[in-house]
Formats: sequence, C-alpha cells, structure tokens
Amino acid sequence: MKLSSNLATVMTQKEILDLYFVEARSKLIEVAAFLDRVDRGSGEADFRRDALRQALRALETEGPDRARQVLLALSDPTVEPIAAAPGKGAMGAYGG
Amino acid sequence: MRYIEPHAHMVSRVTDDYRNMMAAGCAAVCEPAFWAGFDRSSANGFYDYFCQLTEHEPRRAAKFGLPHFSWLCINPKESEDVRLAEEVIALIPQFLDRPNVLGIGEIGLNKNSRNEVRVLEMHVDLAARHDQLILVHTPHLEDKLKGTRLTLDVLKNDPRIRPERVIIDHVEEHTIKLALDGGFWAGLTLYPDSKCSPARAVDMFEVYGPERLWMNSACDWGVSIPLNVPYTALEMSRRGHPPDAIDRFIYRNPAEFLSQCPKFRL
Repeated sequence: MKLSSNLATVMTQKEILDLYFVEARSKLIEVAAFLDRVDRGSGEADFRRDALRQALRALETEGPDRARQVLLALSDPTVEPIAAAPGKGAMGAYGG
Repeated sequence: MRYIEPHAHMVSRVTDDYRNMMAAGCAAVCEPAFWAGFDRSSANGFYDYFCQLTEHEPRRAAKFGLPHFSWLCINPKESEDVRLAEEVIALIPQFLDRPNVLGIGEIGLNKNSRNEVRVLEMHVDLAARHDQLILVHTPHLEDKLKGTRLTLDVLKNDPRIRPERVIIDHVEEHTIKLALDGGFWAGLTLYPDSKCSPARAVDMFEVYGPERLWMNSACDWGVSIPLNVPYTALEMSRRGHPPDAIDRFIYRNPAEFLSQCPKFRL
C-alpha cells in the first residue's frame, strides 16, 4: 500500500528499496540478535521483552502507519497524571 | 544551503561545534533552558544559568558570526519540586526583555506527574501574562503520548494561548498529528537512539508537511549530533526533494515561527 501523503512522495517503491533495503535488513537482524541475546542471558526478563514482541506484531500489519503502531504499542496508555514522579528516566516501554 | 538550528543546548557543546555549524550554513541557533544532567541546588543556580544563556553564550556564538537566541524556564525534569519552580519562575520576568530571549521554553512534562502539570500551568500563565512564545518539550519514550495529550489539554484550557505561537517539540509518528490538528507547530528532533532519525523526519515531512513543521538537533551533553539538521537536508536531497522544499523546511519555516517574536531578526 502506498503512503498517503500531503506531498508528492518523490521516489518510486523500487527507488526506496534501492536506497533503504540493506539498512532496514541490517536493523531487523539487530533486533533478532538482540532477542536471541536476551534469551541467552541468565535470570528473568522483564516487561520490556514482551512489549517489544507485542510491538513487532505491528510490522505484519498492512497500512501506512506501522511506525505509529509500534510507538503506540510501547506507550503508556493511561490518561491521568501520576501522583509523583518516580525518577527522571524512561524505560522505553510501559510496565504498568 | 542555509538553515536555522531552532533547538540546541550549546552550553553543553564545544566551540568547534559553532565553527562546524557556521561552515554548514547555520544562520541562527536557538537555545532553550534545560536540565544540566543534575539537579540544581537552588534558584540561584538557575539565575546564573539564565545569565549564561542571555549574556555569555551569545558572546561565544558571536565569535563565529552566529546569532544566538534563548528560551527560559525551569525544565520538566526539575519540575517535581513546586516550591523551587515557583522561585525560578519568579526570576524569569527580569530576563524577558533581554535582546536574545524569544520566549518560555522548553517547558512541559517528563514523567507526567501532578506536580509537573502544575508547573507547566504556571509556565503557561507566565507566557500568557508576558505575551511570550512557547516552546514545549514532550516526554521521552513510553511517556511521550500521554505527556503530549496532557500538555495539549493544558494549552487548550487556557483561552489566552494562541496555538500558532506554540511549538510542540520532539513529536514522533504517534504525536505529530495531535499537535498539528490542534493548530500548533510541531518540531522533529533528530537523535541517534531516540526521538527521530533523519529518514523518519523526512517521512513525516512527506506525510504531514510542510505547514507548521520544523526540525532540530537538540544537541546537548548526551549522544547527539549538532549537524543533524543539514544532514537531514542531505537526506531530503537524496530522495529528490527540490532545493526550495528543503529551504522551506530548514530555514523559512523556523524563521516564520520565530519571527513572531520581534527580537528574532536575521
């Protein structure tokens, strides 16, 4: 499916593949190797591994907004402010 | 190529970065107040920082012929302490008339707490009372979506705020439409490991642009790339975008927003 766009997307699908396929392939293998690395580690994983797997399902969907779907899968879905900030950092996925 | 770097934390950068930015075509750099990587111990620390942003840093940039502008606030990472925030916000009006101050920023939320929301409301009130532009930081990673929604609620609930005078920065694919649909400007921040890559920035420009959109490096003391705006311009060129479209995105758009402050003149 072609990306809906306000602007004319200036490249053909073939040109986009020529420009970005090897880079995307490399990043995909990095994710796979990362999950293998976690599995080889000792102890228990935490919510982030499952969150990443959940987010990966968005890659299999058809449509123009896979990046948005991945970001949504990794986001805090709640709406109310929390009572107090537990610290300053972010974990990258919502753990409840 | 000419470009504006509308969000860079130059106090954390070495002088070589100024030279490199000028060589790449930078026409102006804008520096929002932010977290130093540690919590300041009192309001006096912020007073000194505001002096640095409005006196020392413009002089350092001027050595390379680069106009330097700044934004003032207590950043969201230090906003959990409401009493400290009140003291710091009380300091800001005395700096607002300084020649390089463009507005209030980068304000917003970090962990989306009640105190952070309270301090955000105080900043918005300050900006409204002094008719200042607003630059909003949106939270990192899993906190961004919720924080963006809460921030937009605060801004929309204050009838004195005109959205065209507010930029919502660090948007990504799941928040950009929220900002633009509300009539606000949106900023794409080019970071190596978070926020947005050059390729994704150009994607969002193609899907949502070119109205009310800019991009910035937000380079600071962390892993960041001060020349990421011109690098992303090269990414646009590589995709075949014409020079006029690139010029609009990296120069004319930020100039349009920033020129709403009469002190921004190039």
